[in-house]
Amino acid sequence: MENWRENQEIIVMEGRIKVPYTWAAGEVGTRYLETLRDQRKFMGTRCPRCEIVYHPPRRNCPDCFEECEDWVELGSQGELQSYTVVRRHHPQLSPLPLPFAYGIIKLDGADTGFLHILSDFQEGELAVGSRVEAVFAEEREGNIRDVLFFRPVKGVD
Amino acid sequence: MEPVAIVGVGMTEIMDNHLASNYADLVFEASQKALADAGMTIDQVDNVITISNDFFDGRTISSMAVMDACGSYDKNVSTVEGDGTFGAFYALMRVLSGSYETCLVCAHHKGSEGVMSLITNAMFDPIYERSLGIDAITSAALQARVYMERYGVSEEECALVSVKNHGNAFKNQVAQLPLKLTVEEVMASPYISDPLKLLDCSPVSDGASALILASKSRARQITEKPVWVKGVAHCCDAFHLGDRDLSSTRALEEAARKAYAMAGISDPGREIDVVELYDAFSYMELMWLEGLGFCERGEGGKLTSSGETAMDGRLPVNPSGGCLSGNPVVVAGLNRIIECALQVRGDAGEHQVEGVRTAIAHGINGPCGQSHCVWIMGGEA
Repeated sequence: MENWRENQEIIVMEGRIKVPYTWAAGEVGTRYLETLRDQRKFMGTRCPRCEIVYHPPRRNCPDCFEECEDWVELGSQGELQSYTVVRRHHPQLSPLPLPFAYGIIKLDGADTGFLHILSDFQEGELAVGSRVEAVFAEEREGNIRDVLFFRPVKGVD
Repeated sequence: MEPVAIVGVGMTEIMDNHLASNYADLVFEASQKALADAGMTIDQVDNVITISNDFFDGRTISSMAVMDACGSYDKNVSTVEGDGTFGAFYALMRVLSGSYETCLVCAHHKGSEGVMSLITNAMFDPIYERSLGIDAITSAALQARVYMERYGVSEEECALVSVKNHGNAFKNQVAQLPLKLTVEEVMASPYISDPLKLLDCSPVSDGASALILASKSRARQITEKPVWVKGVAHCCDAFHLGDRDLSSTRALEEAARKAYAMAGISDPGREIDVVELYDAFSYMELMWLEGLGFCERGEGGKLTSSGETAMDGRLPVNPSGGCLSGNPVVVAGLNRIIECALQVRGDAGEHQVEGVRTAIAHGINGPCGQSHCVWIMGGEA
């Protein structure tokens, strides 16, 4: 056994798991994505008890566990709560060529942030607390990428 | 809580690629080491918990596929998908239930065999987040930004953690990545997703580990050096990144508060002798030190630059080199517990901290430390 191990190249199997899935957005998610697609509008849901407006909309308030039945229209601009400029392109993951960034954006009228892509910015232009706006796709399909990206609102400090 | 003890521990070497061992081989090695450490045979173990993640393993029900390798035939077994600290928590509850006396806990991971960014992308919501391409590193970068801006923590202060932990790894025989670094070298490493640079991030790793928990009466029969679980708790925060204040450590504070209360600890800074925490990224060590109550919020960088968390400091943190020096995911938290057990026993070898009576191990689960598990261990029941 010991002699066999000397100079032995370990055999490595190669594989790729491809499993199709479908993920239902549910009633709440469908209403949200449909409004985004057809009206270019963001919607949130409000907790009847703590009045937190959730975006993306939620069926129930994670804090007080109440059912959120009130829908609230949100702005398509908001405040950048965090961002990171991606410096390493990933062929299978990166949604845009470099440079692009990820941001957590609190839309006007919402109490929670949500994750999206940032583009069309200058180096050093992004800042926590700065204003950003949504840029919609011309052809929209009813998914989160109907918003191409967010970009800094020009001429506003 | 009825006293329960760690009576045996085993770790494989952490490597970038354990080519000569498949998953089961690693689990067998770790289990054998834990049994040998305890001076037990497999038939003296009455139940088994395995910890794994299907996406990382590239197979479903990955936890059952390694049962042959940890001697589970004819035994009651169960499985945990998550960090090792949470798997060990389940094992602890089984012993506390009174139905079991000895539980073998095994965790395994081979990061070398998948594509980390694709796998960690899949932890995010498929409706709202996944198609944006976010992964473990880019999401952590969002947390690092909020934390560092909120408290004025500098990239240099984070870099100090990387310098310290990679340096500590030279004395740990199982560590993957001992590096002699300067803050300047960390600062000069390329940005991956700013403010995170290459040397702020833990490496992709392979490894397995195992530990054996025993009830009070069995523990005393098995070993002369039982390590007693003094307090343990976990707590969870929101899943969606935007629902959370990412700079907050409220889940960790709550877990720590409960664990300290259970262990009768009122002043952790004075009563804890060594810390092994989950530093998947350098900034996390600072945040988690604050959440564990070793300093005020935002003071983790100052605590580190003062030298207090160094090997020869007042409160050595990650003397093993931490996750920055080897991060087999899900195994990593179990390794934190094992490192603490070795420190309490005085068996940590070259990276032994002198006079350890009480140690803290910490693990996380979910994106950006969504959930935290805190273990306090000591040498007396």
